[in-house]
Order: sequence, then C-alpha cells, then structure tokens
Amino acid sequence: MNELLTLTGIGRNFKVKGAEKTAILKDVNISVKEGEFVAILGPSGAGKSTLLRIIAGLISPSAGTVSYLGHPITGVNPGVAMVFQSFALFPWLTILDNVMLGLEGKNMTKQEKEERSMKILDVVGLDGFESAFPKELSGGMRQRVGIGRALVSEPDILLMDEAFSALDVLTAENLRRDLLSLWLEKKIPTKSIILVTHGIEEAVYMADRAIILSTRPATVRENLPIPLPRWRDRKSTEFLSYVDQIYAFMTNPDTAAPADKIKKQVSVPAAEPLGSEPTLLPNVTAGALTGFLEMLADLGGKTDLYKLADRFVMDIEDFFPLVEMSNLLRFSTVSEGDIFLTPAGEAFAKASVLDRKNLFRQHLLDNVPFVRAMVQRLETDSDQKMDIDYFEDQLASSMGDSKAAQQMDLIIGWMRYAELIEYDNVSEQVYFEEP
Amino acid sequence: MTLFTGSSDTQHIRGIDIILLLCVFIIFYGVFYLSQGMTVPFSMTNEPKIDLDPIMLPYYGGRSILRIFIAFIVSLLFSIVYGYIAAKSASARKILIPLLDILQSIPVLGFLSATIIMFINLFPHSLAGVEIASIFAIFTSMAWNMTFSFYQSILSEPRDLTEATKVLHLNSWQRFLHLDLPVSIIGLIWNSMMSFGGAWFFLAASEAISVMGQDIQLPGVGSYLAVATAEGNMTAMLYAIVTMLIMILLIDQLFWRPLVVWSQKFKVELSESEIQPTSWVYDILHASWLMNNIVNKVLQPPFRLVSFIISQLAAVTDRIHDELQARHQKQTALYLIKIIICLCFLYLLYSPAHSTLLNIRDVKVGDIGDAFILGTYTLLRVLAALLIGALWTIPVGVAIGLRPKLSEKLQPVIQIIASFPANMIFPFVTILFLKYNFNFEIGSVFLMILGTQWYILFNVIAGAMSIPNDLLEAASVFHITGWQKWRYLILPSIFPHLLTGLITASGGAWNASIVSEIVVWKNHPLVAKGLGAYVSQATAEGNWPQIIIGVMIMCIFVVAVNRFLWRRLYELAESRFHVE
Repeated sequence: MNELLTLTGIGRNFKVKGAEKTAILKDVNISVKEGEFVAILGPSGAGKSTLLRIIAGLISPSAGTVSYLGHPITGVNPGVAMVFQSFALFPWLTILDNVMLGLEGKNMTKQEKEERSMKILDVVGLDGFESAFPKELSGGMRQRVGIGRALVSEPDILLMDEAFSALDVLTAENLRRDLLSLWLEKKIPTKSIILVTHGIEEAVYMADRAIILSTRPATVRENLPIPLPRWRDRKSTEFLSYVDQIYAFMTNPDTAAPADKIKKQVSVPAAEPLGSEPTLLPNVTAGALTGFLEMLADLGGKTDLYKLADRFVMDIEDFFPLVEMSNLLRFSTVSEGDIFLTPAGEAFAKASVLDRKNLFRQHLLDNVPFVRAMVQRLETDSDQKMDIDYFEDQLASSMGDSKAAQQMDLIIGWMRYAELIEYDNVSEQVYFEEP
Repeated sequence: MTLFTGSSDTQHIRGIDIILLLCVFIIFYGVFYLSQGMTVPFSMTNEPKIDLDPIMLPYYGGRSILRIFIAFIVSLLFSIVYGYIAAKSASARKILIPLLDILQSIPVLGFLSATIIMFINLFPHSLAGVEIASIFAIFTSMAWNMTFSFYQSILSEPRDLTEATKVLHLNSWQRFLHLDLPVSIIGLIWNSMMSFGGAWFFLAASEAISVMGQDIQLPGVGSYLAVATAEGNMTAMLYAIVTMLIMILLIDQLFWRPLVVWSQKFKVELSESEIQPTSWVYDILHASWLMNNIVNKVLQPPFRLVSFIISQLAAVTDRIHDELQARHQKQTALYLIKIIICLCFLYLLYSPAHSTLLNIRDVKVGDIGDAFILGTYTLLRVLAALLIGALWTIPVGVAIGLRPKLSEKLQPVIQIIASFPANMIFPFVTILFLKYNFNFEIGSVFLMILGTQWYILFNVIAGAMSIPNDLLEAASVFHITGWQKWRYLILPSIFPHLLTGLITASGGAWNASIVSEIVVWKNHPLVAKGLGAYVSQATAEGNWPQIIIGVMIMCIFVVAVNRFLWRRLYELAESRFHVE
C-alpha cells in the first residue's frame, strides 16, 4: 500500500506568556497508508487538535516534517480537507454556496462547480436543502454540510476534528453510520480518514487503528490496530475489551501495555501522579470529587472505568480529571481499566461534612507538594499574609501565565474548602483563618 | 456576495417597479445635478450667496446630503483599507492602532480652518476646495469608530471559520469577500449610523465658517441656518430645522433601516433571535422584479469580472508571499520595505512639522500658560456637562430600559432625536440666554449638554436592559426597593455602560466646546472664557500660532483625561462590576 502521509519527529512548542516555552507535542511519528481509517485519541489538552492542524498545514511544526505523497509540505496541505467540531459553516451562505466554497480554489466553471456540489449534497443526504441557510438546519444536518463541503473537492485525506462531539447521541450515531457506509462501500474517492476524538467507543467503532497520545508533551503512546470485522457490535466482548484497553492506556500514563495483553487482567500498581516536574493539576472542584467518590462507593468501591463513565453520562474530557484527582489524593487507584476505592476513599465517602473536610485537608497536604509548600511559606511570613502573585509566579515559570492563573484559582478553591487558608479576592492575598 | 437570495423566477413586473424605476432615475439625476454645483468658480470675493427663500431648501438639503454621503463612502473605504492592514499585519498594527487612538481624540473642528486653507490652495479658482474641506471635516468625524469596528471584527473572526477558509484553499481576496467582509458588516453598519449622527453636527459646523476674516458659506442647510441666524429671521431658522429633521428621517427610513434588515443574515450565531428588525423599504426592494434584475443582470456581471481579476492578482501576490515566507530572505525584504515606508512617512511629515515649528517659534511661555488656564475652564465645563447629563439620563434611561415594551417603542425615536445636530438648536437657546440675560459662562455648559447627553442616555438604556431578569426578581422577592435597589442592583449593573456613554460624551463635549463657547445672535456675540472660544476666535482671525497652541493643548487635555480618569474607571468597571 502507498504511504499517503508521513509525520516524522513532529514537535510543537508554544510560547506562552511568562514561561520560556511549553512543549505541546514532542517527537511524534505517524504514517498513514492508503485505505486506512485512523483515530487519534488522547486525554483533554493533550494536543490532538494541534496535531491535526499540523497535518492540515494550518499550524507549522516547531520540529519535524509532514510529508504528503512523499513530499514535505509548506503551508496548507494540498491533499486534505477538514470537518470541524463546530461545523464552521458560513452563516451568510446557502447550503449550496457553502459546499461550492470547497471548489472556490479550483479551476472550474461555475456550472461545473454547481453540478459537483449538487451531486455531493445528494451523497450526504441533503437533497432539496441546497437553498436553505445553515441556521435553518439541525446540528446533524449542519455537519452533513460540513462533510459535504470537505468531500466535494475530492481530497485524498479527510481530517475530522471531533466531528461528532457537538451532536446529540442519536444524531451522532446516525451520522457515524452514514459516513462509515460511504467509506466502506467506496462511494467517495477519499483514500484515508483521520479522526481526532475523545470518544473511546467512537474510535473503536469506526477506526482501523487507534493512535493514543500521552499528555504534555504529547507523543505517541500506543499504536493499536483494531482488526475487528465490520460492522462492529458495540456489545461484543472483543469490542468491550478494546474499549477497556484504551481506557487503561489513557488513565495509566506510565504503564506501557503491549497489544497482546488484552485478555490478561494483571494488576499493576498506579503510578505516582506527581513527578519531579510540575504537572498540571486536574481541574476538578472539591464538590465534584465528593459526588464522584460517593457514587463509586455506591457501586461497591470497584468498577470498570468505562462503565463508570457511562453511568455519569460524561465525556472523558470531564471524566478523566475526576479519576486523576481522586488518584492524586489517594482516595482511589486505577489498574487495567478498573478503578478501586482506597480505605481512605471509602471513609471519605461515608464521612460527615466536617470529617470530610479534615480528611480532604490531610490528603491535600500529604499528596500535593505545592499546597504543602504554600502553607509552610505562609507560616514563616511575618504577618502571615501574602500576595497570591508570589505563588502564581512560581507556577508561571514552568507553565506560563494563563495556565498558572487557572491552576492558582483551582488550588485556592481546594485550600479554602479544606479551611487551610482564607483568600481576599480584592487585595489578592492569602492568609490563615482566624482561629 | 449575492445581495438578495429571493427566488427571482416567481417574480414579475408590478406597479411598484415603475415607481422604483422613477426613484432610480431621480437619484441619478439628483446626484448629477447637485454635484455640478460643487465645482462652480469660486474666489474670496465671489462667494456663493445663500438664498433664504424656503423653495431653495430642497436644493440645499440635497447638497448637504450629497456631501455627507461622499464623506461616508470615503470613510468606508478608509476604514476597510486601514482596518484590514492593521488586522492582517502585526508590525503595521503597532503603529496604526495607537495612531488611530490619537486621531480619534483630536478635536477636529479646531483644524477646520487649516484644512480649508489647504484645500482652497489645491483648487484655487473652484468651490471644490471648500467642498472638499467640508467633506474632509465630515470624514474625520465618521471614520475612526468605523475603522475600529472593522479592525475588531476581523480580529474576532471565529477561529474555525478562518481555518476553514485556509483548508479550502481560498486566496486572500476570496477570504476577504467570504469572511472578512461578511463578519464585519453588522458592526460597520451600526457604527456608520452612529457616525452619521456625529457627521450632521460637523456638517452644520463646516458649511458656514469664518476663515482669515472671510465668511465662507457652502450651499447647504447649515449655511442656510447660519444666514438666517445672522439676519435674525426666525421663520427661516424654523424651516432649516424642519428640513434637517426630514432629511434625518428619510435617510433613516430609506437607507439605514433596509441595510440593518439586510445585514441580519451576516450574524455569526447560528441561532435565530426572537426580535427581527423590519423595514417596509427592504420588503419592497426585496420583492421587486426590477431590483432583482438590476442586481443580477446589471450589477453582478461587472462585479464578478472585477472580483475575478482581483482574485487572480491576489493569488499571485499570495504565492509571492508564500515563496518569501518559505525562503529565509523574507526578513531582509521585510526590513527593507519597513524602512522605505518609514522614510516616506518622515518625508511627508517634514513640511507640516517644519511650518508648525515656524509658527510657534515666537510663542511665549506665558501664552501657553494662558491657554492652559483656559483649558481648565473648558475641562470644568465638560465635567459639569457630563454630570448634569448623567443626572437626568440615569433615572430616565433606567426607567425606559427596565420596560422592554417602552424601550422598543422609544429607541428609534430617541435615535432620531440624538442624530439631530445640536448646534442647529444653538441659535434658539442663544435667544433665550440673551432675553433673560443668562450668564453665558454657565450657559455654554447647557449648549454642550444638548449634543452629548444622548450618548449617555443610550448607554444607560442599554445597561438597564442588560440587567439579568433573575437579579430583578431576586430584588423583588427580598423586598429590596428604593435607594437600596439602586445602590446594590441598578447602579452597579449599569456602571460599565454608563462609563462607555460618559467617555463618548466627553469626546463629543471637547469637540463641541469649539462651537458652544462662542455663539452669535444677529450682532450680539456671547463668549465664554475657555479653550474652545480661544480656538474659534483664532480661527476667525487666521492667527496660526494660537490655533496650533489651542488645538495642541486641547489634545493634551483630552489624552490626559482619557489616561488618568476614563481608563482607570474602565479597569474598575471591568474587574468589579462585570455581570456575566
């Protein structure tokens, strides 16, 4: 098979205000062959969308090259078209005009453009809507226009950026099936599809191969072929074991599980989440964590992660931070796609409001070094009152101003809940609570 | 872009089309006829005379409208070019945006005399010089906020749409046509409407002006009123006012309303909003067979051709740009271009800077000190005008804003009143002041208020309308009424809006000081001590050093007040009183 697209040594640094440079992607190597449907998965903020934009040529990489048909690209990739999460339709153009925009760069007569656009509208099931405006259509129909606009120029590679996640469950499923049947029955000349998603089930349902990215800086953690026959049954054990396995990859950042481990259920201890390098703390409030632990206790203190996510009806974008936070404070541990409550977690779930605060305070001090350091620093201060900027600057030196501000807010929120400190929003100072 | 997207095949000729056809011809003929008057011979001794016969008013009104529309078209082109460059080039932005900030705080009326003399010299024996000077004055009152609006619209383009244009391989012209222009149209139209309000004021002030001891009167409604005032002809003054009102109403109904309705399709949000603006003119045009044919058969083909040519050019320049970007000589080439542009600027600035220096060389420090004291008087007047304006507009604005039905009905009315140039009322107020012997040092404050209060009122209404309904309900549930309600709910919620209104009003008040600190009724001049009167008198005498000093000091005052008062209050508003 021909190699359509090759990414070699792709890296991307962002200059964030306040910090030196933050690496988003590091040494990413991917190759996509003709006829492949590839899904790119990764935790929230891992840089999936950045990677897709580098493939499209919208962002230039800081290191490495993107080659299309063996030639390195500069500027926008000539062989791709893109479908956006937000549809990115032009509200002032009719459906037909929106699709024809996909041919604007092509050397064709207006009539040819119109004919081809009408044909593609027929293919994506929008016959009869050509003179409507996007706002008259439902979300699913709008995304059909988005797909039609991408397909009309007959690109070799179709890039899809979370293309189904802005749709409701049923509409998304319907659209996935329709796209898959166009692809499998070769009704479109597209040679390859690359789908960025945070939906693990979606990836297993649609793709021939799942590429799983690690977090900050993102690199390819796992390249997992999914050789299941189509159409796939979401309830089959094989399907679920793939889902379970990807969950395991994504929650356990440091366990590299080889692909043949699917059936084995070996318990591996959870890795220390906070390394020597300052890691981003999960953006979770104390209230959400409490709800999560209570729910987990109700389920008997042990369950499959994907079942839990299902139960919460949550996106993994919201779900994983909860798991991460709970692991960080040692209220739970994760192994091989299963989550277990620790005794402390059990106690927390059953405790009264006051006891919970005490437990939370203890675990916060024990497990988040930055919080411990803050308290110690504040104790040594002469009037035990300090500008928040002092701490924020420490964070900013490694993660940049805007991230640091968000993290500081998060930490202050936890510490206020734990009654470790008080905070004055106007003077922006932290101090100890009056005893 | 397609103008109308109605289905043209179901339409056929109707009676209304014949009327429309007549209208089209009348407009063409009117523009042709009126513009002929703009280039008649002119010299300082052979000035156009204004005839107070009311039969002349349609002609004068037409001339005024033509002037304002020419200025508008120039402003529009300027905003698009300037805003586009500022938005697309990061290095140009560093110069263009601060420059725009300064330009919009300069009291332009002070420069009127300078520009008139410059343009008269450019067109020595024709009225065109004075006409262009007047149009230039109107342009300076319109362009800045439109430019800012266009620039901001491009910068805040939805990122996914920008990316879509790139992935779809559109060149820069196609991107401009399909994205940059559509996203900015709504903002551009609203700002143009605001600009028109200010422009009427400048029109009235710039048609009849004394320069170097000469009275120049361009045929127009502003001059008509000035002559009527000088002769003490009350009836003619009233005619002028009525003409002005009719013009504002007509332009609102025939021009702005249809444009506002048309522009609704350029909303970026994909959701339908509840209240849609309506316009009977738009409905007629939209349904008209004639208009559809004019648009599709007469306007579209040449537009397509031009667009095609520009598109080819854009494709070539884009390719050159990309080539440069790919190679590494880009840096040196860019540096060279920048240096050349800077040199051009310096060269252009040299001669005005030189003559300015010559003019103020002999100025004594004491003169500058005097001007500063006069500036302080004007500053006090501006602040007093804002305070009095705020005192009545806050309760009235809140009362209107909290009643959605009422505000819906009153908004268009207030809009019309607000765009009426306040300086046309000045003569009437002057008569009252003279009759009751009112102290003009204080009286001129009221003249200032006449023009600037509307900005405050508009913003207070908008602020009151934006108070979240649940907060209002919470206030009634907890029996928070009277002063408590004002203190804890209403005043904090409207504060950011009020501030925006005050800032705009303050800019307007400084500009207005030039015409409101000195007024004349027949032969009785009323003069208030202040920087505005100082500049006006210097202009009439042709005293260049004083004009330059007066305007420069006014600029300093305006910029200082912006920096030290408004900007700080704005930061406070952003951090404390921001209702999400």
